[in-house]
Amino acid sequence: MQRFLRSLRFLELALPIAAVLIAFAIGGVLLALLGANPFEAYWVLISGAFGSVGGLASTLTKMTPLLLVALGICISFRGGVINIGGEGQIIVGALAATAFTLWLRDWPGWLLLPLTLIVGALAGAVWGGIAGVLKARLNVNEILSTVMLNAIALQLMNFLLRGPMLDPAQIAAGTNIAQSEALPRSVWLTRLAPPTLLHSGVILALVLAVLVYLLLWRTTIGFRIRTVGLNPSAARYAGMPVPFYVAFSLILAGGFAGLAGAVEVTGVSHRMLEGLSGGYGFSGIVAALFGKLHPLGAIPASFLFGGLLVGANKMQLTVQVPSALITVINGLVVMFVVASEVYVRRARRRAGREAAEASLKRESSTPSAEAAVP
Amino acid sequence: MRKVSWGLILVLIVGLILAACAAPVAAPAGGGQAAATEAAAEAESAGPIRVALLMPSTINDISWSQSMYVSLKELQDELGADKLEIAYSENMFNVPDAAAAIRDYASSGYNLVIAHGAQYGDSLMDIAPDFPDVSFAWGTTTRTGKDQGIENIFAYEPRGDQAGYVTGVLAAKLTKSKIIGLVGPVDAGDAKLHVDGFLAGVKATDPDVKVNVSFTGSFGDTALAAEAANTHIRAGADVLTGSAQQVVGAIGVAKENGVPWLGVQADQSTAAPEIVLASAIYDWTQLLRDIIAMREAGTMGGEVLQLTYANGGIRTIYSDALPAEAVEAAKAAEAGLADGSITIVVEPR
Amino acid sequence: MFHEFLSVATLIGIANSGVRLATPYLYAALGEMFGQRSGVLNLGVEGVMLMGAFAAYYTVYIGGDPWLGVLAAIIVGALMGLLMALISVTMQAQQGISGIGLTLFGVGLSSLLLKVLVGSPIGISGFSTWKVPGLNSIPVIGPIFFEHNILVYIAYLLVPVSLYVLYRTTFGLKIRAVGQNPEAADSLGVRVNAVRYGTVMLGSAMAGIAGASLSIGLLNIFQENMTNGLGFIAVALVYFGGWRPLGVLIGALLFSTVNALQLWMQVLGVPIPSDLAVMMPYLLTIVVLAVGGQRIRQPAALTKPYERGE
Repeated sequence: MQRFLRSLRFLELALPIAAVLIAFAIGGVLLALLGANPFEAYWVLISGAFGSVGGLASTLTKMTPLLLVALGICISFRGGVINIGGEGQIIVGALAATAFTLWLRDWPGWLLLPLTLIVGALAGAVWGGIAGVLKARLNVNEILSTVMLNAIALQLMNFLLRGPMLDPAQIAAGTNIAQSEALPRSVWLTRLAPPTLLHSGVILALVLAVLVYLLLWRTTIGFRIRTVGLNPSAARYAGMPVPFYVAFSLILAGGFAGLAGAVEVTGVSHRMLEGLSGGYGFSGIVAALFGKLHPLGAIPASFLFGGLLVGANKMQLTVQVPSALITVINGLVVMFVVASEVYVRRARRRAGREAAEASLKRESSTPSAEAAVP
Repeated sequence: MRKVSWGLILVLIVGLILAACAAPVAAPAGGGQAAATEAAAEAESAGPIRVALLMPSTINDISWSQSMYVSLKELQDELGADKLEIAYSENMFNVPDAAAAIRDYASSGYNLVIAHGAQYGDSLMDIAPDFPDVSFAWGTTTRTGKDQGIENIFAYEPRGDQAGYVTGVLAAKLTKSKIIGLVGPVDAGDAKLHVDGFLAGVKATDPDVKVNVSFTGSFGDTALAAEAANTHIRAGADVLTGSAQQVVGAIGVAKENGVPWLGVQADQSTAAPEIVLASAIYDWTQLLRDIIAMREAGTMGGEVLQLTYANGGIRTIYSDALPAEAVEAAKAAEAGLADGSITIVVEPR
Repeated sequence: MFHEFLSVATLIGIANSGVRLATPYLYAALGEMFGQRSGVLNLGVEGVMLMGAFAAYYTVYIGGDPWLGVLAAIIVGALMGLLMALISVTMQAQQGISGIGLTLFGVGLSSLLLKVLVGSPIGISGFSTWKVPGLNSIPVIGPIFFEHNILVYIAYLLVPVSLYVLYRTTFGLKIRAVGQNPEAADSLGVRVNAVRYGTVMLGSAMAGIAGASLSIGLLNIFQENMTNGLGFIAVALVYFGGWRPLGVLIGALLFSTVNALQLWMQVLGVPIPSDLAVMMPYLLTIVVLAVGGQRIRQPAALTKPYERGE
C-alpha cells in the first residue's frame, strides 16, 4: 500500500482528481456567493452527466465530436504542430457534407452516408491542409493561419447559409433563419438510444481512436510524425522530408475535425446550422491534452470532459446559476488539471533516474526517453 | 500504463456514481420518464404555472433574449411568484445542447417551455410529441407542427419588419443630411426582417433619404460595430440604428458623436439615455398571457401568435427630446400598420 | 459609387478608422510579444482583455476617473498574468492549454461580474476624442492620426518604447536571452523564471489596457464577451510581426485598415455580400504573410518550460 501511494500510477490517478476538486471548491465558493448550494449544484452536475441513461447518452453524444477533434489534435501536436483551427475545420467539414448530401440526395443511403462522411473529412483536411502547406512551404506560422482560417470559415458559413444553401422552406416562409435544408433520412446516423440524441457516430469515433493509435505507434508514417514533432533536426538528419510531415499532420488533424462536423450534421442536427461547431475545436484540444495526447487516453478524457459540459448545462438548468459561472469553473478545471501534471512529470523523472541508476548498476542502460510534447 | 490509470479513474468515477445513484437522493434533474410525468402531474395540480426559457444569448443582451426575459419577469410581478415560476438557460447557441435542455425542462415538471430562437424548431418537433402534457413555444416562426399532428407547440413571430418600419419613418423624419446608417449583425432571420422593414419605412416617408447598410458578420463583435458606426458618421449619416447585442459598441460611438440612435427589440436607452431617442421594443407579456390562457382553456398548442403594433406586442418608446412632428409621423405609421392601411413593401437589396 | 469610394475624404476615413481599430490589437500584441520573446506563449489574451475591459468599465461606472479605470485594468491584467505565469512557468503546464483555460476563466468571470454588479450594460463616459492641438490641422495627416482618444496615441507611443526596452535595455537583453537559450542565460546568472514572470505579467497588463481601450476608450460600455475573438487575432499578429515591435505594428495596421476598408465598402454600397467583405482582413493577413515570405525564426525556447539542473 505504502508503495502504491508513492507510485507513479497513483499520482497519475490522484492528481487530476485533486485538481478538479480544487477547481470545484473555488467554483463552490462562487456558487455559494450567488446563493446556490454548491453541494446540490455539483451533485446535479455529476448525476446529470453520468447518473441516468439520458445523462450518459448526452455525455456520449457530446463526447463524439470532442473525441474526433481530439484525435486530430493528438496527431498534429505529436507532429509538433499547434492546430487551433478546429472550429473552422468543423464548420467547413459540416458545410461540405451538407452540400454534398443535398446535391446527391437521391442516392441510396448505404453509399451516400459513407461518401458524405468522407467528403466532410476531406473538406476539413483541405482547410487544415491550407495551414499545413502554408507552414511547410512558406513558413507561415500555423497559429496565425488557423486563427484566421477560423474566422474565414465562420464568414463562409454565414454567406452560404443565408444565400446558396439557405433552406427553401425558410425562403418560402419569409423567415430566413440561417440554416440549410434538412438532410434526407437516408444519411441520418442510427440513433442508438431514442429518444436521446446518441447516434452511431460514437462507435465510429471509438474505432478511429484505435486506428489512430495504430497509425501513430505501429506504422512508419506515425513514427515519422512523432519524430518530426519530437526533434525536427534529428528527423531532417535522418533524411525525413520534414515539411511534408508537418503539412501531413495538419491535414490529418483537419480531416478529423471535418469528420466531426460531418458526424454532427448527420448524427445530431440533420442539417447545417449556425453554432454547430459548439466550441469543440477548443474543447477538443483540452480533451486531447487531458488524454496526454494519446489516442486511447483521449477516449476517457473526452468522455469526462463531455460529461463536464453536459453536467454544467444541467447545473445551469436546475440550480439556475448564470451560464458564465459554468464557464469560469470550466476554465479553472482546465488550468488546474494541466498545472497538476508537473508533479507527475517530476515523479516520473525521479523514477526514471532511479531506474537508470539501478540499471547502471546492472551494467545495462536503456533509460526510457520521456515523450516531450510541445 | 497510462491507459490502465485512465481506466481506473473511469471505473472509480462510474462506481462512485452508481453508489450515489443507489442512495435515495432527491435530485431535481435526471430521473426517468415515469418520474417526469408524475412530477408534471403534481405541478399541474399544485397551482403555479412553471415556465422555462431557453435563449441563444444572455438575459442582459439588451436585445432579443433580454426582451423575452424582461416580459416574463413583468408577468411574474403581475401574477405573483406563487402563480408563475420562471427558470431559464442562457447562451444556448449550440442547438443539440438546447435540445437536451428542452427535454430536461419538459421532463422535470415545467408546463411551458419557450425555445426562444428559430434554430430550435426542429429539435422541438422531435421532443414535443413525447410530452403531451407540456406546452412548447418557439419563434420566430409560423410553424406549429400541426400539419404533422403535433398539438402542443405554439409558434410566435414578432413582426420585426413593423418595428423596423416605424423606426424607419422616425429616422427619415429626423435626418437632415438625408443619410442614415444601419449597423446590422448578419443579414438573416430577425435582423434581415428588421432591415427590410426599416428600408421600407424610410422610403415611404422620404424617398430621397439614403440608408447605408453594413453588417459586422457576427452578433457579438462590439468593436467592429463601433467602427461601423464611426464609418457611417464619417460617410454623412446623422441618424443611426441597428440590432443584436453588438450594438452597444455602436451606441457608445453614437453617444460620443452626439448622433441619435434608434433601438429595436429591447429598451436600449439604458446604454445611453441622452442619444437613444426611441426603442421599438418587443413586449411579450400579452403573448405570454394569451398562451397561458389558452393552456388553461385546454389548448396545448397549434396556434400562431404575433407581436404587432395592433396587439401591443410591439411598442415604440419615444424620448421627450424628439421633435413632435417626427413622433406624430411615427405614431401615424404605428396606427397605419395596426389597422392594415399600411402594408410593408420589401424591395430586393 | 466608385468615384465616391476613391475620394480623398473616404480614403482619409479608412485610414482614420484603421488607426483607431488597431489600438486594442497593438496593446495586446505588443504585450504578448514580450511574453513570447521570453519563451511563454499566452493564449489567454482574450480572457485577460475581457477582465481588463470590465475592471476599467466598472471603475468608471462607479464614478472613478477614466485614468483610475486604466490603472484597474493594469492591475487586474497583471493579476491574470500572475495566474498564467504560476501555471505556465512555475507549474510548467502546456502553454496552449493553460491559455485556453485562462480564456474560459476570463470570459466567464467578466460576464458573471457584469451580471451581478451591473445587470444590463449601461453606458459610461470614458475617454473622449482629444484632437492634438496644432497637429490635427495638418492636412490629411491630421484627420488620420490626431483625432482620437488618448489611449490610441499611447498605443502607438508604445511601439518605440517596446523597441527601446527590447533592444536597448538589460531587461530586453535578458528577455531575448531567456527566450533563445535559457540554459546559457541561466549560467550567466539570469533568473530565467523571474524574467518570464515579468514578461507574462507585463504582457497581461498590456492586454488589460487593450480591454480598457475598448470599454472606456472606443465603446464606453461593457458587454459580455465583447472582444469576440480579438485576443486570438492579437496572438496571431505577434507571429505576423515576427516577434518584432515594428512587425506587430504593420500587422495590426494592415489588419485593421483592411477591416476599415471593408466597412466603408459596405457603407458606400459596393455590391459585395457583407460576409465576404468581413472575411477580407483575415484572408489578406494570411496572403500577405505567405506572399511576403517570412524567414524569421521563432524564439527557440517558445512554449518550452525551463527547469534548472538537468
